[in-house]
Amino acid sequence: MLSFIVVTFVLIAIWEGYKLIWLQMGWIRPVRPDNTTMPHVWDMIIELFRPVRRGGDLLILDLAARSFFTLREAFLGFVIGGIFGFALSVLFVRSTLLERSFMPYVVASQTIPIIAIAPMVVVWGGRLDFPQWLSVAVISAYLTFFPVAINTLRGLKSPDPTALELMRSYAAKPREVLWKLQVPSALPYIFTALKVSATASVIGALIGELPAGFGDGLGRALLTFSQQFGARSVKLYATVIVTALVGVIFVTVVTLVERKTLAAGSRDFEVELMTGRATG
Amino acid sequence: MKLNNRWKRLLALLAVIGLVLTACGDDTGADTTSPDTTSPDTSAPDGECTEPDDVRVQLQWVAQSQFAGYFVAQDLGFYEDECLNVEILEGAVEIVPQTVLATGGAEFGIAWVPKALVSREQGAEIINIAQVFERSGTLSVSFVEQGITHPTDWEGKTVGNWGFGNEYELTGAINKFDVQDVELVGQNFDMLALLNGEIDAAEAMIYNEYAQVLEAENPETGELYQPEDLNVIDFNDPDVATAMLQDAIWVNAEWIAEEGNEDIAVRFLKATFRGWIHCLDNFDECVEIVLENGSTLGESHQAWQLNEILALIFPATNGIGVMNESLWDQTVEVGTAVVEELQGVTSSDDAYRTDLAQQAVDELEAEGLDVTGASYERRDIELRPGGE
Repeated sequence: MLSFIVVTFVLIAIWEGYKLIWLQMGWIRPVRPDNTTMPHVWDMIIELFRPVRRGGDLLILDLAARSFFTLREAFLGFVIGGIFGFALSVLFVRSTLLERSFMPYVVASQTIPIIAIAPMVVVWGGRLDFPQWLSVAVISAYLTFFPVAINTLRGLKSPDPTALELMRSYAAKPREVLWKLQVPSALPYIFTALKVSATASVIGALIGELPAGFGDGLGRALLTFSQQFGARSVKLYATVIVTALVGVIFVTVVTLVERKTLAAGSRDFEVELMTGRATG
Repeated sequence: MKLNNRWKRLLALLAVIGLVLTACGDDTGADTTSPDTTSPDTSAPDGECTEPDDVRVQLQWVAQSQFAGYFVAQDLGFYEDECLNVEILEGAVEIVPQTVLATGGAEFGIAWVPKALVSREQGAEIINIAQVFERSGTLSVSFVEQGITHPTDWEGKTVGNWGFGNEYELTGAINKFDVQDVELVGQNFDMLALLNGEIDAAEAMIYNEYAQVLEAENPETGELYQPEDLNVIDFNDPDVATAMLQDAIWVNAEWIAEEGNEDIAVRFLKATFRGWIHCLDNFDECVEIVLENGSTLGESHQAWQLNEILALIFPATNGIGVMNESLWDQTVEVGTAVVEELQGVTSSDDAYRTDLAQQAVDELEAEGLDVTGASYERRDIELRPGGE
């Protein structure tokens, strides 16, 4: 925590130092040091506690409500993408043929820019009478499933071959091998993927909000404030800070769940090993 | 057994996820469908409206005063009164209303005429049923030191434009006045390139980006920039006259040909026009309605915008929404001269019809409404820093 605070202050010092030196020297490259392009960090923070417009809510309250809206879409996409990614990896670990046939498509899916996919999903979703928030969640899931699929597959393949042989010699059914051996050993891989997916799902939700025309999320705030950049750039910077915080919070939650699960899981695993030995 | 423990934990986890999901689903669902929850039956005139017609209108951009008429008609129940259940689809990045219309994603779409004509050439069968804006809102803005007051002054200058079909009036003027040595550069929708002096002139909508310049601080004076600091080239100006028609209401040709849909269209136009006319006398209320549709919008900026938008609509020569043919012809003329996709287009007359708008206007006029807004005059709007 202390190191985090130190780094934060160093970053602020670099930002403000750049401003100071470049202003003194009259340099404008690579980035102009003026208060529009590079506002003071404290002005960004102060902006959070100013009304978003005359008579409006404080910016931070407005953004908090928007964060909640965007997080819900992101979480839904995270869950859909997570389940889909997990299912894919189970299919692939069961059948090398399936893996070889479909893996190139899974990889190719991620080379298509999400901004090209997003409007299509929204338009198709509209024709299928999907509610708009579901379209956004699907866009978010599109970014989420890939890391889960790739990492889980690697995790499912990670158990020691001798452990697999042992399971087979017990005549364990494939389902039992999966849940008792492969999934437990894949958990660390899955959680690594989920942390990547958590940030990706927020990005997916933000991008999905734009073509969906959603007015209540962070995406709209980023859009309108970026248009007002020339006149009042601190609003955009303040929104960027909040958006980053949303991602950080999501990842932190996943990390906490990971600690709980892995701690409990490893205890369980040890107990099973011991009883396994006892009965064996 | 241990297995039991694990399954219990998994089940518990699934249950929690399920709960959160349902909560999410319910909440977001309620948020997005809230416009539908108004019950149109109750306030229908004479109880004759038993089943309102569901229609959607696709805007070109996010909620702002540019679309005040639609939001006002929605929020004040003008659509309900016409037995319509209207869903306003806010426009956004990458969403092209013409495409949404062509694919059946909406019944009505708002689009600029030249862009829609290009879409028609590319196969979108869409028809203009109401030309809401009679004047163009596009300007080319520069600081007075540049001395640019006419397109011929662009000679030797760096002139910004947005591309994507937003630049035709500008390229039309370059073509018309035979400007030889001009550097055209792409610009963003913020006005930073102009403010930083990276370009000599910038494209700006009078109701949006032009105001953004006036909401920015002049570092030399510490005050906001003033209109006196700027020169504008207005493409509506008779000396330039390369203005092209902008916001119009379009429909899918197939849809409007179906029985009963012309009637729906007339009712939609009537309610929408009523919304715009309402803003003539209830300016502040209309600004407030727009602001309620977007918390990030600045108050003075939206007041400025509504003021300028009303000036693009009113006075309406033939009554709001009824095409001014000479401006249509000018749009097609400039378009065929400078827009690659429109070259060789000889007749675009079947691209618009005036009968539906005319009927709506006649009915409103019979009620005693001011359909031409002949007396409209711009208000004085004081812009605040950042448009707040």
